[in-house]
Amino acid sequence: MLKVEEQQPVAFSAALLEKCAEIVSRYPEGKHKSALLPILHEVQAELGWLSANAMDKVAEYLNIQPIEVYEVASFYTMYFLKPQGKYMLEICRTGPCCLVGAEKLMDHLEQTLGVKEGEVTPDGLFSWRGVECLAACGYGPVLQIGPEYTFYENLDKQKLDDLIQDLRKK
Amino acid sequence: MARKLLLEHINVPGINTLDVYRQKGGYRAVEKALKTLTPDEVVEEVKKSGLRGRGGAGFPTGMKWSFLAKPEGVPRYLVCNADESEPGTFKDRYLMTHIPHALIEGMIVSSFALGANTSYIYVRGEMMPQIRILERAIAEAKQAGFLGKNILGTGYDLELYVQPGGGAYICGEETALLESLEGKRGNPRIKPPFPAIAGLYGCPTVVNNVESIAATVPIINDGGEEYAKIGIGRSTGTKLISASGNLVRPGVYEIELGLPVEEFIYSDEYCGGIANGKRLKATVAGGSSVPVLPANLTLKLANGDPRLMSYESLSEGGFATGTMMGSGGFIAFDEDQCIVRNTWNFARFYHHESCGQCSPCREGTGWMEKVLHRIEYGHGKMSDIDLLVDVSKNIEGNTICPLGDAAAWPVASAIRHFRDEFEWHVKEPVKSLDTNYGLANYAEPIAKAAITE
Ligand SMILES: Cc1cc2nc3c(=O)[nH]c(=O)nc-3n(C[C@H](O)[C@H](O)[C@H](O)COP(=O)(O)O)c2cc1C
Ligand code: SF4
Ligand code: FES
Repeated sequence: MLKVEEQQPVAFSAALLEKCAEIVSRYPEGKHKSALLPILHEVQAELGWLSANAMDKVAEYLNIQPIEVYEVASFYTMYFLKPQGKYMLEICRTGPCCLVGAEKLMDHLEQTLGVKEGEVTPDGLFSWRGVECLAACGYGPVLQIGPEYTFYENLDKQKLDDLIQDLRKK
Repeated sequence: MARKLLLEHINVPGINTLDVYRQKGGYRAVEKALKTLTPDEVVEEVKKSGLRGRGGAGFPTGMKWSFLAKPEGVPRYLVCNADESEPGTFKDRYLMTHIPHALIEGMIVSSFALGANTSYIYVRGEMMPQIRILERAIAEAKQAGFLGKNILGTGYDLELYVQPGGGAYICGEETALLESLEGKRGNPRIKPPFPAIAGLYGCPTVVNNVESIAATVPIINDGGEEYAKIGIGRSTGTKLISASGNLVRPGVYEIELGLPVEEFIYSDEYCGGIANGKRLKATVAGGSSVPVLPANLTLKLANGDPRLMSYESLSEGGFATGTMMGSGGFIAFDEDQCIVRNTWNFARFYHHESCGQCSPCREGTGWMEKVLHRIEYGHGKMSDIDLLVDVSKNIEGNTICPLGDAAAWPVASAIRHFRDEFEWHVKEPVKSLDTNYGLANYAEPIAKAAITE
């Protein structure tokens, strides 16, 4: 079973329900399970992560078994099964980016934020992790921040520090 | 200047909008195909063009289309593979970001050819900005009557949707992609049946790469025969190459197939040489899954002739002295890069991305990562090097999908060509932690490198 660290009751907002209905309409009659991945993205964008309650709600909405949602949410890397910082900084750690300094930048990120990969800063603002190739290898090192997946290319320490400063001020 | 078919207008301001795209001749292929050609004639043009799949396998697109089953009363699907996650590859993201209508136009023409009335573009979930760009472009095209019911009054209907993935390299494999599109884990299916018979929702389906689909636009505009005149031999047309690593100008380039590799790396029209005045040590020419080659074998074939950027020339010499075109992800390593470290990095990637269905892949990628890690960090034994070769051989060919091979080849080829560097790591565990084996003899005339194996 999934480890659940928070148990909040979950209700979908009217806007979210409308979005979900639009998503379901993209597939043929009876094939609404196809909506699962896109709906999980929407739910995560609204709630920040996918609690068991949130996933149960999605299962109920799509009229599928909760396990069908859990197994999908745990297979893909983009879904968070525990709460993250407000800003999850994801830096590419794959070969081509490492040729142009991604590893040093990850060390720098760890020092600057003062937390290890996957942990949340005490103020709840930041978490960070290495992710695999983001299809921007010619512009490395690169970093993305969900839920909008804003993208930053050709990073160095200075640009990374500036970015973190900007986010703190927001 | 080489001919550009996909990126000709990439720098035109506003080319991402329908208006500007049309001013530059956009959507002519849709008009031509839907109004003057039958679906079979479109397939015929694509066959004549000699276009080969740009997603990695290089299978002829027209032939793939002609395998599509057409049972009466059963819907058929076209699914575009925009999952682009092969390390070193970033051309599809580039195309979708800057000239999204090229893909939309290609989807309309291709869907028409296949008789599909609903088509999906499966985009990796991390590309949210590109997903929004595509959705906007689709809305524009629909507004202008290129999508929806009775397109241009021809009676042909097409709905086009963008589907986000959830973050998993394996979903680039076409049957894993279909599973994912059905709302499931991305576990590749056992084949047969092939998607052409039973694909999405069990219906006949074609899965094609973004670039393959976009290439149908110039093929229809100019005719398949014109397209086939570009390139060399069975490598026809132009190809997008993603260039990364230690280059003066990394980026996406459209080349005419047949361009000498040396020209691609060193000429100012393309990558402009190795960054910071350093020398080339090695390349991975077609995305992380293809064999790595030392500099000398990158530039020349074993017989000393220049190597070209074409499917045939890149694979000339088999795995002993050649590599593969793959997805066109060209990664350059300068003299200061460590082959062992990069091999470990790639092994870690494949271990992380294995879906876990087959034990040789699930366990083997883990072992390779572990053994490479200990060699890189100074705890390796001489016997580890052969152990790696052994593990890679036991994965290769023994799995449901080609990810197993893709994980095995980089390791096997690194040891084939750079064994001395692996041995140095074992012999000099402390020194290798903060210094590098360097260029060694990897750029020397090839007679030497050719006799390994
Ligand atoms: C592990 C793995 C990952 C793949 N990733 C991609 C990908 O990201 N994009 C792609 O177009 N093809 C990818 N492919 C190839 C597809 O399975 C398929 O051959 C391709 O989409 C067919 O399109 P094409 O004929 O137009 O090249 C991958 C294959 C494997 C085995
Ligand atoms: S080879 Fe690897 S990725 Fe492919 S099906 Fe088997 S375990 Fe999954
Ligand atoms: S390796 Fe970092 S984006 Fe591809």
